[in-house]
Amino acid sequence: MNPHNKSIEELKDIAAQVRRDIVRMVHAVNSGHPGGSLGCTDYFVSLYFKVMDYSTDFSMDGKGEDLFFLSNGHISPVWYSTLARAGFFDVSELATFRKIDSRLQGHPATEEGLEGIRVASGSLGQGLSVALGAAQTKKLNNDDKLVYVLMGDGEVEEGQVWEAAMYAAHHKIDNVIATIDRNGQQIDGSTNEVMSLGDLKAKFEAFGWHVLEANGNSFETLLPALEEAKRSTGHGKPVMIMMDTEMGYGVDFMMGSHKWHGVAPNDEQLQIALQQLAVKVASDY
Amino acid sequence: MKEYTYSEKKDTRSGFGAGLHELGKNNPEVVALCADLTGSLKMDAFKKDFPERFFQVGIAEANMMGLAAGMTIGGKIPFTGTFANFSTGRVYDQIRQSIAYSGKNVKICASHAGLTLGEDGATHQILEDIGMMKMLPHMTVINPCDFNQTKAATMAIAEYEGPVYLRFGRPSVPNFTPANQKFEIGKAVMLNEGTDVTIIATGHLVWKAILAGKMLEEKGISAEIINIHTIKPLDNEAVLASVRKTKCVVTAEEHNRFGGLGDSVAQVLATNFPAPQEYVATNDTFGESGTPEELMEKYGLTEGNIVAAAERAISRKQ
Repeated sequence: MNPHNKSIEELKDIAAQVRRDIVRMVHAVNSGHPGGSLGCTDYFVSLYFKVMDYSTDFSMDGKGEDLFFLSNGHISPVWYSTLARAGFFDVSELATFRKIDSRLQGHPATEEGLEGIRVASGSLGQGLSVALGAAQTKKLNNDDKLVYVLMGDGEVEEGQVWEAAMYAAHHKIDNVIATIDRNGQQIDGSTNEVMSLGDLKAKFEAFGWHVLEANGNSFETLLPALEEAKRSTGHGKPVMIMMDTEMGYGVDFMMGSHKWHGVAPNDEQLQIALQQLAVKVASDY
Repeated sequence: MKEYTYSEKKDTRSGFGAGLHELGKNNPEVVALCADLTGSLKMDAFKKDFPERFFQVGIAEANMMGLAAGMTIGGKIPFTGTFANFSTGRVYDQIRQSIAYSGKNVKICASHAGLTLGEDGATHQILEDIGMMKMLPHMTVINPCDFNQTKAATMAIAEYEGPVYLRFGRPSVPNFTPANQKFEIGKAVMLNEGTDVTIIATGHLVWKAILAGKMLEEKGISAEIINIHTIKPLDNEAVLASVRKTKCVVTAEEHNRFGGLGDSVAQVLATNFPAPQEYVATNDTFGESGTPEELMEKYGLTEGNIVAAAERAISRKQ
């Protein structure tokens, strides 16, 4: 059971608040990655406020809970905000993001003991392997909960992703739901310009995965896709969601461009962004 | 000179395989992963008797390290198995981020380390692995000397919470340490007390240090011989206590002189008790094809090299 289990209207309000947190966090330290964070906000809010079964009383082993791993660790702002808003730690701690002595490192880490994080990520291509290992331990422990993992689309240029993809199908790891954030952007430009990814759905299907597609910026389509993904587990195949998102979603001048991958807004841009991210009752940290 | 005998020569990798099999029987949390080298790593017995806890990864070492990190979440104790080269250099960033920085309880078990894998040549003869692994924060680095000690080390690291690099090899070497010995991580083993020179050796060089001690005795030189199976954390007290007595030291290892046991000993001495030190190690070089004996001879890792190094160290004493 999800500890929040919000309605779609409530999820939209939470998502707007998380997006406000994201732009304020990266603005405050003039660094960080707002583009992918904004694009994946609806996914994170769906998992933590509707889909996943977990406890905010964090334990590293997470026995009897759904687990989430973030492989593309640079979108840490959306994860930190979601974890805080879900109750893992106080939202006031978001103000320490990327600052000295903070638990909110530039990329997620376990070293400082931040609740909700089970492995460091940032160097790309490693999270799927970790998630598969955790999923196999769940099977050994007769734990029927699921393991979720998010990757970037540019990230699948790393060879380790394909080692893991092959392994998952061979070992029939059917208690994992992987998601690729298909926003078509990476640091140096669009994925088409930098490194053609081709038909990722067909590629993962050829590797033996059950692949779904969803619009990641619409709760009306994303939630049913996540439910379908859940129903697809336990059938001998790993499950993948190809999630189409728009980088920078929710802030018009950040949308549809790789330029806001790792750039923070200035004072004026922040105010414009916050005007666009209206919530019924803003509770900024 | 204390007498050391052995009834047979055995490979240290078989000590790992025997220890892993014991763990399979006694510790239900232990799981094993292997990257297509089950026979070479002597993991067959574990695979046969505990198939549900054995994971064939294929030739995909990067994935293996990530899987192992993930398997710890929920309480498993993963032992990964492949050659030392593919256990370290090939997957350094995976170990760094997903295992060491993340503080995961993974045991990285590495066979065919050093020159003594022989004929396969330099692509497979890693001489830099101790250096790479000891530089990682949180990582423990262990290099046992014979079958019995490798078996004991394998079982001991399962009881220790944290990432460990366990290094062993392919050739059969004298199995002289006690069966069923208690293995204490980070604790040096005193093999012979002496007064003129300290010889600190690890791995396959430990037996050669014993042979060297006998040769030195015939020359009237009293050598103190220490088996350092744990390179990190180093037993600083044992090193300092010995060198304060003998006033000079030889370090011996099947590894590059840069980054290995010798450098760790030198650091302890330089900051506490500066003393003449001589290295028996490879000298910033790759290996090559040949028999293990030929390679150890050519690259200067014999008992004769240890004796010569001891005499040089003694001659440099003030």
